[in-house]
Amino acid sequence: MVHQYKLNGYCIVLDTYSGSVHSVDEVAYDIIERYPISSREEILSYILDKYKDRPDVTKQDVEDCLADVEELKAQGKLFSDPKEAEITAQTLKNRPTVIKALCLHVAHTCNLCCDYCFAGQGKYKGQQALMSFETGKRALDFLVENSGSRRNLEVDFFGGEPLMNFDVVKKLVAYARSIEKEKNKNFRFTLTTNGVLLDDDVIEFANREMNNVVLSLDGRKEVHDRHRVDHAGRGSYDLIVPKFQRFVQKRTNGTYYMRGTYTHENVDFTNDIFHMADLGFTELSMEPVVCAPDDPCALTKEDLPVLKEQYEILAKEMLKRKKEGRPFTFYHYMLDLAHGPCIYKRIAGCGSGTEYLAVTPSGDLYPCHQFVGEKEYRMGDIWTGVTNTELRDKFKLCNVFAHKECRDCWANMYCSGGCAANAFHATGDITGVYEYGCELFKKRIECAIMLKVAENEM
Amino acid sequence: KRIKTMQTRDLSQSVKNGGCGECQTSCVANQPCEKTNK
Repeated sequence: MVHQYKLNGYCIVLDTYSGSVHSVDEVAYDIIERYPISSREEILSYILDKYKDRPDVTKQDVEDCLADVEELKAQGKLFSDPKEAEITAQTLKNRPTVIKALCLHVAHTCNLCCDYCFAGQGKYKGQQALMSFETGKRALDFLVENSGSRRNLEVDFFGGEPLMNFDVVKKLVAYARSIEKEKNKNFRFTLTTNGVLLDDDVIEFANREMNNVVLSLDGRKEVHDRHRVDHAGRGSYDLIVPKFQRFVQKRTNGTYYMRGTYTHENVDFTNDIFHMADLGFTELSMEPVVCAPDDPCALTKEDLPVLKEQYEILAKEMLKRKKEGRPFTFYHYMLDLAHGPCIYKRIAGCGSGTEYLAVTPSGDLYPCHQFVGEKEYRMGDIWTGVTNTELRDKFKLCNVFAHKECRDCWANMYCSGGCAANAFHATGDITGVYEYGCELFKKRIECAIMLKVAENEM
Repeated sequence: KRIKTMQTRDLSQSVKNGGCGECQTSCVANQPCEKTNK
């Protein structure tokens, strides 16, 4: 399967199942477009007529280009066969399931009261709760016991606001470090925080122990303070931005990124990204809100073309700033084309419900943080393990080939069939397709690959 | 002359050299691979 598009002056051809990316000129673009549906003679005639005013486009030249296309096809870099991917998807069904990542919900409570929060202000449709050290310790043991030969294990400290249970976070990290050598495991920790409790102790600890820290900021003050308020209704921007700036200034070890949410009320979200970059933050992300369709925050059909244009504006501005020597990164544009994921990873996706589980403060297991609180998605607990094996198997089979809409989509090896939680919230079924999300995803991938092509030619 | 092919990981080859599972979980395409980045 081949996808062709033009963006920012570049003609780009993607081959889905080989992962190949070709930057071509207009003539080659037209030849490749016609190659599957026209004969050589028809292509020759069409191209020579279309480019009759171009002295460089000769019969020999077009024949050479056709030969190049055929050579790439023979090498499996154009019009490649999906069979290999489909066979690989079949083998995934029979692979043993090991767990390599846990999202530890150490706090089902929050010191902010954001009205768009997918977690219901941190309580996930339940009561306020903090995870005890004993429960967290058992969760880490459960992870080690079920990780098979996987050496790299990940633990995310999540909430609610995890810093409201900071003592337990510190003790759990110390416990994990104490068993790493004996168990031959390597723990990688992540902390997601709203920044309210960020102080020098947390910064020092995060520098020492956290591979990654996710900082929640929505961009411009009026945008951020519209939703991210404390329990008295006061905006949090003025409180947290100086703390985040201090954190980033002192971040000596490990990565971070700013994670914002955009809604129907700020479809010009690139201005929020540029605002964050101007504040000195260089690792950035802005995500579409997840909420009910009748919520005033919800993105609408009319917003979609505006959002797609915003992603293009963002890509062009990133190129401009890179040339000016003040680059920033955007989470969804960080493609690793040469050393990216293998086909197994691309088919299986994020591993929710199989390799990756969420643990509630009371020790219940869910497929991922976005399913917590949905009672029918409870999978078991950290003492007895995964007892709802039927649900686990459903997630195991929920790969890119489980969605009939994805089979013919050029982006299926980039998105892996999309986010199961988004599909569930949009359609009521994890094998459904959240089409709005697909449209945004495809635009982001087009922009990300254009950036790679442009950087390659800089 | 008219086609520049970027350096990309060959997905069909990764059937043989992929699948170790040591990469980080994701929330996919920009995932660094632990093996090929060594």
